[in-house]
Amino acid sequence: MSRLRIITKGIISGNPIFVLVLGMCPTLGTTTSAVNGLGMGLATTFVLMLSNLVISLIAGLIPSKVRIPSFIVVIAVFVTVVQLIMQAYVPALYETLGLFIPLIVVNCIVLGRAEAFASKNKPLDSFLDGLGSGIGFTLGLTLLGAVRELLGSGAFFGWKMLPGDGMLVFILAPGAFIALGYLMVLFNKFLKA
Amino acid sequence: MEYILIIISAVFVNNIVLNQFLGVCPFLGVSNRISTAVGMSAAVVFVMTLATLITYLIQTYILNPLQIGFMQTVTFILVIAALVQMVEIILKKISPALYQALGIFLPLITTNCAVLGVAIIVVTKEFTFGGTAAMLTLPQALVYAASMALGFGLALTIFAGLREHMDLVGVPKPFRGVPIALITAGILALAFMGFSGIV
Repeated sequence: MSRLRIITKGIISGNPIFVLVLGMCPTLGTTTSAVNGLGMGLATTFVLMLSNLVISLIAGLIPSKVRIPSFIVVIAVFVTVVQLIMQAYVPALYETLGLFIPLIVVNCIVLGRAEAFASKNKPLDSFLDGLGSGIGFTLGLTLLGAVRELLGSGAFFGWKMLPGDGMLVFILAPGAFIALGYLMVLFNKFLKA
Repeated sequence: MEYILIIISAVFVNNIVLNQFLGVCPFLGVSNRISTAVGMSAAVVFVMTLATLITYLIQTYILNPLQIGFMQTVTFILVIAALVQMVEIILKKISPALYQALGIFLPLITTNCAVLGVAIIVVTKEFTFGGTAAMLTLPQALVYAASMALGFGLALTIFAGLREHMDLVGVPKPFRGVPIALITAGILALAFMGFSGIV
């Protein structure tokens, strides 16, 4: 498989949100606006790339019985790094995303890619696989965030686009489920073979 | 009185799945049958309360005095993973019947973000009772964790009931599977919004 193919696979045919349906908690919880979705996506991408890289480097040294706990420790280390970096440089975003930053550690996508790809492939390929899945995840989050923000407050990335206040329910919890459900329907209808 | 407030707020008003978006993966994954939903709920109540007890003690007596709060994520997830494994082994030994019932759900709980989420919430978030904001004490934290888990069980069981009925109707093809489940969950979340404001 060519390198480019590894990256593009994570974006449409293996999109973490719309195809694999992994990582639903941050997907629903952080996408109250497009910017929040983008921030969460980038934080997850960072963890995905680096944990995939390190895991593929050390996979040969770990006995298969303690594989999963070892992977989780590696992931938790990078999550802590992201947590500290965000706290220092983007404190406002860190406050908004709150609990969901430490929860990247239990995001099924990260462990899923580690187990399904990084533990069996070369470091560079694993890094690119993390990048691809991360981009797919980020695009999905940003799209959902943009839709919810547009419907819920009439704005797009903070720019007021529609007159009026919008439908508040799309910013609140029920809107997250409903918006994601309908986006998935559109994805199934038009993009899935 | 504050215990009643904690319970009502955790089970209904701030429902863990429908309001806080924690534990959505098992919520979508094991909600096909009511019987499995009940089994999963029981396992979550058990593990979440136990995990909160241990992580609360670790935070108070190890991480805080040593000022290594940044180790929280790593420590908590390791503790939860080890705890789940241990519960599995002990349960197998002392109560094979219970193990039969809960066994298959236990490994799934390690990656259930609700458990880690609640463990982090109780040691970081301040709660307001009667005008004064304060951190939860240990008994309050345990009641909060157990109620959160009960809220998870309640949402999961109702949702499984809805999905059992949905199997019998013809859903349009692009809606089948996860999308219709998400839309149903959205409507359920709307219903739960009716509770907001009562506490």
